[in-house]
Amino acid sequence: MRAAVILFPGSNREGDVARALHQANGVKPAIVWHDERELPARTDLVVLPGGFSYGDYLRCGAIAARVRIMDAVRAHADRGGLVLGVCNGFQILCEGGLLPGVLMRNADLRFICRMQHLRVENNETRFSQAYAKGQVVKVAIAHGEGNYVADATTIATLEDGGRVAFRYCDAKGRLGEGANPNGSINDIAGIYNEGFNVLGLMPHPENLIDPLVGGIDGRGLFASLMAA
Amino acid sequence: MKARVIVTLKGGVLDPQGKAIEGALKSLGVEGVASVRQGKVFDVEIDAADRQAASARLGEACEKLLANMIVENYSVEFV
Repeated sequence: MRAAVILFPGSNREGDVARALHQANGVKPAIVWHDERELPARTDLVVLPGGFSYGDYLRCGAIAARVRIMDAVRAHADRGGLVLGVCNGFQILCEGGLLPGVLMRNADLRFICRMQHLRVENNETRFSQAYAKGQVVKVAIAHGEGNYVADATTIATLEDGGRVAFRYCDAKGRLGEGANPNGSINDIAGIYNEGFNVLGLMPHPENLIDPLVGGIDGRGLFASLMAA
Repeated sequence: MKARVIVTLKGGVLDPQGKAIEGALKSLGVEGVASVRQGKVFDVEIDAADRQAASARLGEACEKLLANMIVENYSVEFV
């Protein structure tokens, strides 16, 4: 598995996700500067890391979605290549049209930084096969704009197609108001594109790969990718 | 020429920032405020043959970057 992590000005989780990939893969990913034209040869997986690309100016992810390297990322996705967007990376994928919908300001207007449970909605993808269906995992969230919004037709398409990857839930896997940190429609924490080769999610599985920092539930995503 | 591009949230899209501002105005005792929706204004200096050409180019700017057409609308004024 050859992975490339795209580095935008203002990205700040590239080291975290590189560590998670290294742990799962035994190989460090390439770090690719946003102004490059091409991905490294034979890249299998592109990761758009978390952070505050371009200072969240205009809209979160709006400017990063339109820089040069994103043409290469889009071509990679069109060829069926794997793309993972975490947090700001998810916002970039939505802004760039690789995933539908948009991430709006959290319903309570607060930046949320804490642990959060998720329910694995679909474990039959190259991102999730190491998890069990319905498995409840504990990972970190840290965002101000994670409130997933899309029109009713898009939501129905996502739901009917099994394209909701993760939902916010409580420790017992129950959905509902208290368990939804940001107001996302249908408690959506992450979604797939139509080909299931692009995943965007707000939570940070890359931060839960070491027992030292409170859990290893994030490892499943990277283990899934390495088995893909 | 100078143009003003106004980007607003589409009707029906929740605007928690607007709601918070609305609440603040009410608590400040500003009377008669029924609702507030927050948007963005871009003042753009643009070279174009005429307003129609400038308007078309600014429309392109909105569709490509300034507005997220999933949740926002735009309009162009000349000043």
